[in-house]
Amino acid sequence: MIETDQKRLRRYDPDLVSLNIGSRLVLENTRNNAKETVTIKGEDANLEEGLLALTKGAVVTEIHLSYKTGAQHWQFGLKGESLNISNLKLPETGPVETPEDLEGVVMEKAYLVEKVIGLINTLFSHFVKLRVSNKWRNQTVSQIRKWASS
Amino acid sequence: MGLLSSRISITRYKVSGQLDGSVHETVYHGLKQHAIPKIKDEGSEALVGWTSFEHPYAPDFEGYSFVFGTHMVFALRIDKKSISPKLVQKHYALEVAKHLEETGRNFLSGNEKKTIKEHVVKTLGRRIPAIPNVYDLLWDYQKSSLWFFSNLKSANEALETLFIKSFGLALIRLFPYTTADLVAGLSDQERDLLLKLGPSPSEE
Repeated sequence: MIETDQKRLRRYDPDLVSLNIGSRLVLENTRNNAKETVTIKGEDANLEEGLLALTKGAVVTEIHLSYKTGAQHWQFGLKGESLNISNLKLPETGPVETPEDLEGVVMEKAYLVEKVIGLINTLFSHFVKLRVSNKWRNQTVSQIRKWASS
Repeated sequence: MGLLSSRISITRYKVSGQLDGSVHETVYHGLKQHAIPKIKDEGSEALVGWTSFEHPYAPDFEGYSFVFGTHMVFALRIDKKSISPKLVQKHYALEVAKHLEETGRNFLSGNEKKTIKEHVVKTLGRRIPAIPNVYDLLWDYQKSSLWFFSNLKSANEALETLFIKSFGLALIRLFPYTTADLVAGLSDQERDLLLKLGPSPSEE
């Protein structure tokens, strides 16, 4: 969806500027009783190796994402197995200079974390609904295959 | 590892069930009852308890200081003693040498070695201070949602155990299946299909 349907992403988040793969992508292939891991690291890294791994049947186990809305920018890692969020860098918030500032900063941070969690929940819900539908078997799998080999 | 860190890790939970009576009052009592002890327990290897977000080294929940708007924010603290195996090895060797000299023998039985090792670990444990680890959490009671700011397995397990002990509510970790089941808003029919899902042709 990141590469082929940013419009749909904007439907979920009207303020979305972009959602892109960040500086890390990990794929695993456990076919033939052997575990093969492909890790792609670095800013603006070429994802060709990842696409090749996907065509061979690998699955994404970890992804780093860069999410921008308006003037705000989030970066975070997401694990496939647990859906745990790691290394989340939030947009800048005001400093805590006095005890009175703390409540405001906590509320602001909570709002910013909620934005990321809301995005994950929305996209994951979309995926799950698609995954249990007939469309997944009849259309989506072949579309993904076609995209990965293009 | 906390909400105010520059890089955050989050494990998400759904809180199962409701509290009886006033939420803030019940949580306050749970926190107070299971707060990290102020008195150092010299003998124990690890201490686990709640602490306050603002003052993690001097827990204080008075005046509902854990309430931030619609959220409750507090922290789990785990004070753990970590004795380097090399330090144990050194003191064990010294103790063994001393014991042999005192007894005039040139060997020790398996039981004697075990007793000396246990004594060394116990003595060092009393002398070495515990290292405090603080993990913040944010609980949105209305949404039955809890964010724990650590992905560490041991910290998450400690949280799950202490939470049910303190508040009588179970935490359900939101991993892909539980997220699909509890958050994705599936219909009953879709939920049945989810249970029967197998690898799709591309994953087989």
